[in-house]
Amino acid sequence: MIASVSLVIGIPFAAALVMTLIPSYRLSAFGNVLAMGATFAAGLSLLGVTQEAGTYFIIDDVNILFVILNTLVGFTTSVFSASYIGHEIETGRLTPLFVRFYHAMFLAMMGAMNLALTANNIGLLWVGLELATLITVVMVGIYRTPAAIEAAWKYFILGSVGISLAFFGTILIYLAGQAALGEGMPAMTWSLLQANAAKLDASLLNLAFIFLLIGYGTKVGLAPLHAWLPDAHAEGPTPISAVLSGLLLNVALYALLRFKMIVAAHPAAIDPGPVMIVMGLISLIFAAFMLYQRRDIKRLFAYSSIEHMGLIVFAFGMGGMLANFAGLLHMAIHSLTKSAIFFTVGHVAQAKETQRIADIRGLSVSHPALAIGLAAGVFAISGLPPFGAFMSEFLIVTTTFARSPWLALFPVFGLLIAFGAMLLRLQDMLFGEPVGPSHRVKASSLPLVLHLGLVLIAGLYLPPHLAGWLERASELLK
Amino acid sequence: MNYAYNVSHLLAGLMLVASFALLYQDRIFAVLNTFAAQAMLLAMSVGWEGWSQGRPNLYITAAIALILKGIVIPVALHRMIVRLGIHRDVEQVLNVGKTLLIGLALTALSLLLVLKVTAAAQNFTREGLALALAIILLGLLMMITRRNAVTQIVGFMSLENGLILAATGARGMPLVVEVSVAFSVLIALFVFAVFVFRIRERFDSVDIDALEQVRGDRK
Amino acid sequence: MGNTLILLVGQGIQMFLVILVAPAVTGIVRRVKARFMRRRGSPIAQPYRDLLKLLRKEAVVAGNASWLFRAAPYAILAFTWVAAALVPTFASGLMFNWAADAVALVALLGAARAILALAGMDVGTSFGGIGASREMMIATLAEPAMLLVLLTMALTAHTTRLPEIADYFIGAPITVRVSLALALAALTMVALAENARIPVDNPATHLELTMVHEAMVLEYSGRHLAVIELAAQLKLVLYISLIASLFLPFGMAPATAGVVAWIAGAATYLAKLVFAAVLLGVWEVSIAKMRIFRVSEFLGGAFVFAFLAILLAFLTGEVTR
Repeated sequence: MIASVSLVIGIPFAAALVMTLIPSYRLSAFGNVLAMGATFAAGLSLLGVTQEAGTYFIIDDVNILFVILNTLVGFTTSVFSASYIGHEIETGRLTPLFVRFYHAMFLAMMGAMNLALTANNIGLLWVGLELATLITVVMVGIYRTPAAIEAAWKYFILGSVGISLAFFGTILIYLAGQAALGEGMPAMTWSLLQANAAKLDASLLNLAFIFLLIGYGTKVGLAPLHAWLPDAHAEGPTPISAVLSGLLLNVALYALLRFKMIVAAHPAAIDPGPVMIVMGLISLIFAAFMLYQRRDIKRLFAYSSIEHMGLIVFAFGMGGMLANFAGLLHMAIHSLTKSAIFFTVGHVAQAKETQRIADIRGLSVSHPALAIGLAAGVFAISGLPPFGAFMSEFLIVTTTFARSPWLALFPVFGLLIAFGAMLLRLQDMLFGEPVGPSHRVKASSLPLVLHLGLVLIAGLYLPPHLAGWLERASELLK
Repeated sequence: MNYAYNVSHLLAGLMLVASFALLYQDRIFAVLNTFAAQAMLLAMSVGWEGWSQGRPNLYITAAIALILKGIVIPVALHRMIVRLGIHRDVEQVLNVGKTLLIGLALTALSLLLVLKVTAAAQNFTREGLALALAIILLGLLMMITRRNAVTQIVGFMSLENGLILAATGARGMPLVVEVSVAFSVLIALFVFAVFVFRIRERFDSVDIDALEQVRGDRK
Repeated sequence: MGNTLILLVGQGIQMFLVILVAPAVTGIVRRVKARFMRRRGSPIAQPYRDLLKLLRKEAVVAGNASWLFRAAPYAILAFTWVAAALVPTFASGLMFNWAADAVALVALLGAARAILALAGMDVGTSFGGIGASREMMIATLAEPAMLLVLLTMALTAHTTRLPEIADYFIGAPITVRVSLALALAALTMVALAENARIPVDNPATHLELTMVHEAMVLEYSGRHLAVIELAAQLKLVLYISLIASLFLPFGMAPATAGVVAWIAGAATYLAKLVFAAVLLGVWEVSIAKMRIFRVSEFLGGAFVFAFLAILLAFLTGEVTR
């Protein structure tokens, strides 16, 4: 187990060091793809290892799913980065020095996320997540425009508040563990804490969970702690937007789920479910309404991420086998779809030299391929059949309906509102008379096709092997 | 009522007083000096915990607090303010009186909360934790009620002082040193970022207000 | 029966002691200030002579002054004197022990202040009104702070009676308490404001922009002024005694300890008074008076200190219980 885990974490970090030495941006882009490909392979190798919990690392069905998703999207994003960043250098928005820095940071961030995902130590989990957040802060500010610096600053302020509150929650969990498991490492080891959850002090766990929910919830982008998210998505380079929406939010969610598992295992502690249901629904409905007022294409999809994270948190809040299954599935599909959308959006923004929705008109005339990609992405994320999101959203709504029919109205309401907004904006962009500049872009279609293809397959046919795996993971999350 | 308790009580209590002093100051250099004093108190407190708990590795944390946060960062910020010509008043969203009153309410809240929740824990830990939470919330309050980027950094660092205090107060907690190093790197990074990105070059001041001009969607 | 007599005698001694030494304490403060300003200064006994001089002079009363204006000085002195009798000085547990409650003390001082403010407004001159309104502004900030300080001490000693608090701190082992340090700072700030000392008010000037206490008593003369001055001097002694009995209670004799112990207690008490007076003099020459608009910040600081003190005292009490 250790060998695979150390590869998953080690390859990106080692490659990051190498990247700082490579001056040529073509070579470093290629190296980035190579390193991420190797990491993806290492991630897949986790499927074959025995699942166990060590002192520092843990491998179980839940985090294998997260790691593989993480490395897959990381790999495709690195492919997308190669063409995207090449264009940015040609237009002079980025200098080669910053690109060198960019690739190194990208790899380090992937390594940090993998560290957080495989950690069995709640301190290590925190360190990995925070390292990843910090690196994205720097990447968001990389264009150095006033807007980018503002976005990075806001992200820093809110992110560090999240960092701190989550750390305080971690200390409280340790204190609860210390009384039951003794001083030192055992009281910070997640698997031991979870196994002995019933022995922990309930009131300490409650307080800790509140801090962890606010702290990590800030990173998940739950309303009302979401203020950093649209800015960070809009002002940073598009590959980073893709990684933020597709991966970092998931990693934060993963952390939240791990702690939820501890708290839920204690009979006398608060039930985390209702709290998560409420926060999820607020985010979902709030973001759905906010979609209507967006004028910036990346902000539009950033709010859509808040909406979907809200839905996923809602699903996990409902809990139980089926809801967890739907939540995991939706999370994976959202990651794939949203990063695919950002790939397209990146190319669109480069082709039209703008992110303003009003200036991106007539895409179906000027750039038919991009228009089809964008339309497919928006249909997929809105949960239209035959894409996978339809299935996962359907599952979430039906399980909710089976258990408490009234509650099911809220997510349905939110999803419909969001669907309307999405169609409206899509129509603005695809049709009409093209205006403004219109460049040809060398788009790499591989990541887009791969992601949307996977999402499509998931919508049509879920292989029994995959379904069984998801079932085992949902069983663990219960 | 032993000696060890008295010393940690004294140092943690003084750190809380320093947090209030940070909220009270209206000149930026006074804020930096107060922060440096708080960091030194933290260093002493962590050093004391290291000695009384018999954990020599805490001395590393204490040394970092003393050198980096007590000396290097205040001096660096001081030079930055002089060189970039940032104006030297602390701009407040809320006036001092109201801020202090909210601060008192937050302190009372955190004491009551921690005392209620940790009824079973050791006394040392309880008091340290209660004071640390108060310091954390006051740091948050400072970040919210001050407009200037430098004072926001100071607010964050003071918040972090509270976190380190809480972490060292929890007996036998592993990874404290690593986390404190990680935090210090974080802070250094942001002081460095303000330096490098030279926010001043693009805006008339390091006021968040100036940054807020570009808030929201591009019209 | 004999015990009661002793307690009564002790109480009588205390009442006359405080009123007798009051002008001397003011004299010492003035003397110290003068020396630091490189003046020779008036002798320490000068306040006594001033009082006697004023008593001999005719009291001029404005034509539109009511009975309140004439009665106020005596009422103020009475309230202040009773309050001063409650604060433990050289011995604890005297006759008025049962009434020597922290809250009662604050109430008595508040009553004296209210009468003074009314008297200031009675004649209808603008200075009296300004002084009264400023005094009330100070009071609204200083009184809660003072109550909080006294409650902090009460929380630590588990009683609100001043002599018992003093006894508790004499008996308690020496411990470091941030709450006590904060309480001391807050009480000192309140005492400076209440006694119209620098940096809140300057007792030596009559500058219309800043004066508070002097503005209210501007219309008084003769024996009325003498009584008011004496009450002010008595108030200073009261606050010094209060701080000393709460924070430096050593040397105080129990009420039934006998004459020798009383004399020793009185000697320590007088030494404390002299020390505090010198300290006050040094403080006043080394600091500038603040603008009247900043006084609220100064007293707000005292309030914050006092509130923090009580929170910390509560925390310590809960944790060490």
